[in-house]
Amino acid sequence: MRGQAITRSLHALVLACLTLPFGGAALALPPQRVVSINLCTDQLAMLLAAPGQLISISRISHDPNVSVMLEEALAYPINYGQAEEVFRLEPDLVLASAFTSPHTVGLLSRLGIEVAQLPIASNLDDIPRNIREIGHLLGREAAAEELVGQFEADLAQIRAAQPGVRRAALHYANNYTSGVNSLAHEIITAAGFENVAAEAGLSGGGTLPMERLVMLMPDLVISGQPYPGASRSEEVLRHPAMVALRDRHAAGALADAEWVCGTPAVLRAIMRLVMLHDEG
Amino acid sequence: MGRALLAGLVGLVALLFTVSLLVGPAGLAPTEALLALIHGNGLAETLVMREIRLPRALLAVLVGSALGLAGAAMQGYLRNPLAEPGLIGVSGSAALGAVIALQTGFAAAHLLALPIAALTGAVVAVLIILALAGPRGGSITLILAGIAVSALAGALTALVLNLSPNPFAAAEIVFWMMGSLQDRSMIHFWIAAPFIALGALLLLTQGRKFDALTLGEDAAASMGVHLGRLRLTLVLGVASMVGAATAVAGAIGFVGLVVPHILRPLVGARPSALLPASALGGAVLVLMADIAVRVILPTRDLKLGVLTAIVGAPLFFHLIYKTRMQGQL
Repeated sequence: MRGQAITRSLHALVLACLTLPFGGAALALPPQRVVSINLCTDQLAMLLAAPGQLISISRISHDPNVSVMLEEALAYPINYGQAEEVFRLEPDLVLASAFTSPHTVGLLSRLGIEVAQLPIASNLDDIPRNIREIGHLLGREAAAEELVGQFEADLAQIRAAQPGVRRAALHYANNYTSGVNSLAHEIITAAGFENVAAEAGLSGGGTLPMERLVMLMPDLVISGQPYPGASRSEEVLRHPAMVALRDRHAAGALADAEWVCGTPAVLRAIMRLVMLHDEG
Repeated sequence: MGRALLAGLVGLVALLFTVSLLVGPAGLAPTEALLALIHGNGLAETLVMREIRLPRALLAVLVGSALGLAGAAMQGYLRNPLAEPGLIGVSGSAALGAVIALQTGFAAAHLLALPIAALTGAVVAVLIILALAGPRGGSITLILAGIAVSALAGALTALVLNLSPNPFAAAEIVFWMMGSLQDRSMIHFWIAAPFIALGALLLLTQGRKFDALTLGEDAAASMGVHLGRLRLTLVLGVASMVGAATAVAGAIGFVGLVVPHILRPLVGARPSALLPASALGGAVLVLMADIAVRVILPTRDLKLGVLTAIVGAPLFFHLIYKTRMQGQL
């Protein structure tokens, strides 16, 4: 991943040298019109960009269900992540995720637009890496270092506080949960809980039948937030067996927008879990 | 013969019901499972048995008997072995009613709104089918009307789910079209049970009239059968059962086709005997299908309609062929 990033930066440098008439030793200028088409790159770009540098963010950042930076996000125009509309914004850099549709990325690249794809954060150590990468792409290395420093200090403080004895389970729609090698697992373990899905041998995200989840008897059930409208997929969150599991302890928890992206917001998710841990 | 058959079917339902309680990914030993179910030994085991497996097994019996009985009753009234709630669009329309109730929030506001909306969808479909197919229920018009009703109901169900603000809803088209009992609860059992019991009561008491009808409408009328009243009872009974079953389990096809077809020769083709036998036979078939989906793919939600269609569609081909040979198509 880092290799790719360096190659990309080199490409940018070569391009910049070719287009600058008196280029020579001058480094590439930071991009002036940055468009982000992914929720997680939206957040890092909003945290790091210079005033006026970020001109559009993805529609999802205006969705209160998943956006941790809704207030800041409302100040930016939104895009729907389609190649045609992004091209018309005349960006000199597009920020996307590793999971952004390859069609969109390929089309934009063919149109001559620089697209940077940020890898998914699957553990807490990926967060400083991603912050630094966005900082580098935006030419905001100093701001990135400051944010990384703050994040690492806060994380160290939280981690110093906890011994892990109690067991927690993530429970989303369709009995989806997260095992080892996932950001959610790291959030749970950083807060001092054992993740029961990891006990069941799950790696990454996947489904665990409700029967098995009940048999694992977690002390804390962390549920996903239901969307508006109805779905059978989300009915499992209110299933009497899961309600009975949650009722054994006063506290339940909600895995919300703060769990979605590898940004410093995950610290708030960890802190809320730590508080539940201490109460129990 | 009839009594022995019913007793055998009851025994089979009891056996499969027990097996259904013992199958599941939690890996409970049979004695442990039954002790947890009956005495409540162990919190986790008790939750698994009483809140997850018991409603699933009960719903399989309930939904299966509803579909089997509804199929036998429609076939008795129309005197056509192809009349099946799933094939002629009654289940699909019930699913549409259920989906509308869920997505408008009506179902969340009133406990009985979900089965009532599904029942309404089913009533509309049965009325359309009866109007198009006529009292004699010719095979071609029956099947063509069924295709049209199914297609429209399926399309509208997909439309409603696609318009939902909920990102999971659109992916659930498969559930509504194929049916599943995964992760249902006792709440689902209790909202479906009264409607299915009412429908069963309405239909099981009409056996003698269906018997008379096998002699022809005129003969039945001369024997004192009020055809208009029988028709109304059929519409309400079928819609009530299929509506409630579909509201909680989705549209499970072919049960009402396969079960009466297998049992008909065993009861001497008498509708009055076929009705209760088909109710029990439907329970057997859905219990078997629901056990099979958990044995074949324990961690995935394989849909019941997949299995019933694999069993039922070849039989459907056979019935079409036989009907053609008899010159009725």
